[in-house]
Amino acid sequence: METLLNDFSPGLFVMQIVILIILLFLMKKFAWKPILNSLEERETGIEEALAAAENARKEMQNLQADNERLIKEARAEREEIMKEARSISDVLIATAKEDAKEVTSGLIEKAQLVINQEKQAALAEIKKSVAELSIGIAETVIKKELSNKKEQLALVEELLNDVTLN
Amino acid sequence: MKVAQKTIKFLTIAVIAIITSTTFASEAGEKGQPQSDGGQVNTQAEVKAYIKHHLKDSHDFTLFSYSTDAGERKHFGFPLPVILWSSEGLVAFMSSEFHHNDDGHVLVEKKGLKFAKIHSKIYEIEKGAVAVSFDKSEHATNAQKPLDLSITKSVVGILFAGFLMLFGFSRLARQYKSREVPRGFGRVLEPLVIYVRDEIARPNIGEKKYKKFMGFLLTVFFFIWILNLLGLTPLGFNVTGQIAVTVCLALFTMVIYMTNGSKDFWAHTLWMPGVPYILRPVLAVIELAGFVLIKPFSLLVRLFANITAGHFVVMSLIALMVTMKEAFGPVASTGMSLVLALFIMVIEILVAFLQAFIFTMLSSLFIGMAVEEHEHH
Amino acid sequence: MYNLIGAGLIVIGGGIGLGQIGGKAMEGIARQPEAAGKIQTAMIIIGALLEGLAFGALILGK
Repeated sequence: METLLNDFSPGLFVMQIVILIILLFLMKKFAWKPILNSLEERETGIEEALAAAENARKEMQNLQADNERLIKEARAEREEIMKEARSISDVLIATAKEDAKEVTSGLIEKAQLVINQEKQAALAEIKKSVAELSIGIAETVIKKELSNKKEQLALVEELLNDVTLN
Repeated sequence: MKVAQKTIKFLTIAVIAIITSTTFASEAGEKGQPQSDGGQVNTQAEVKAYIKHHLKDSHDFTLFSYSTDAGERKHFGFPLPVILWSSEGLVAFMSSEFHHNDDGHVLVEKKGLKFAKIHSKIYEIEKGAVAVSFDKSEHATNAQKPLDLSITKSVVGILFAGFLMLFGFSRLARQYKSREVPRGFGRVLEPLVIYVRDEIARPNIGEKKYKKFMGFLLTVFFFIWILNLLGLTPLGFNVTGQIAVTVCLALFTMVIYMTNGSKDFWAHTLWMPGVPYILRPVLAVIELAGFVLIKPFSLLVRLFANITAGHFVVMSLIALMVTMKEAFGPVASTGMSLVLALFIMVIEILVAFLQAFIFTMLSSLFIGMAVEEHEHH
Repeated sequence: MYNLIGAGLIVIGGGIGLGQIGGKAMEGIARQPEAAGKIQTAMIIIGALLEGLAFGALILGK
């Protein structure tokens, strides 16, 4: 301890205090303040830039989500339109088919009616001619006054043959 | 700007050259005089004296010295101004007037006062005395020390470190005006500043209050570090190994944390809550002694002792090549001392940083203790 | 002479303390390697406090 106190130089101590105070003042003014300030500025700048980048990323995500939503909506709309078109076409086809059926069935009915009428008419004519024929046959048969049965039968046969030929 | 810098460089070199060239030849000591200031060292006692001399502050800047064949001592270096606050006021002269004498035999007369240099200290001899008289333990009996405000080697070292810091960091500061990221040597300095801020100040003082102390902490950190490293160069500075310097640094830390103490700090120091009333004054004395005496004392002693011990060990290991020459032969002793000194030197480089770090770290820890505001529960 | 004995005692005490600090810090780092940085800083601080104590005693005894 004694040697330590002996080594202590008061002059150096005073010089060191003076120099250190001056050094502290000068360093604070010319070095530490600008350095620390610009470091801080830079750090806040970096932080802000990072935050901005984060924001931009989020915005991008939002935009992408929007886009996707839009695409989905468009797709859904298209689907709906397609569905509607399909149903309209189905309805159209169905009505067309029905119409056609109606028309054809009407035609058929008409045809059947005509056929029936023709048939009736033909039948009536046939009946008439059969009656006329039978009357004619009967007339001739009666007219000839048949002598024998054999001849009578042959005559009927002949007449019937004539009828079929007619 | 560049031209100006070049001229300044040229001028400094020219000034140094002129000073040294005028002093080299004239620096010749007497033959046979015991030399403790860089004379030949052969024995263990001489080595010890040499190391002791080195560890002290010096009034001239001697880079090396040698003996001519005629036995003359030649010193290579330059003298430094001696400024004394004596009983007759301010006295100033160059240290070359002592002719490298370190045991009080050469007297310098100024303003009717006689001065002598004994073991790196300048004494003012009492009026009427012709020579210094010593007692048995070689203390001067008829002389006392004036306030020695000389530009000693340590002061040169302090100024050198200060200029180095101012130059380097103001350049770094100027760089920020034109660009975001510094270039060149600034790239090395910037992470160091950030290191001190983020690893030392912020966690110990606290996010809110650290800014106020950054100037002091950064200055002290780089000041100590640069001077520690300068001490390892062959220039032979031993600034942080001067007790006066470390006392000053510790005193600054003490003043800073005492003046910035928060209300809570004073309450906890002087009137500790939650302790019986009888114990409180006792605790206050202990706490106060801790903050005023013990903490600064441990700070200053740690730095001083580490650097002194480092210098001592390195110089002793280098001296092995002299002291072990007879036992092992010149080659083996030189090789051994080289290897050992190199090894310790590497450790000392680490210690140079570590001591600067620890001084700053503990300073910020103490400041943190003082400014901390407790949350009351 | 007594100075030297005292210095030896101080060195013994300091050595034991430093050994404890270093050993425990190593154990801590081995247990939690991710906390190595914090443990190292704490170790250095405590080592420094011990060193201050030991150096203080050495210098007071000198």
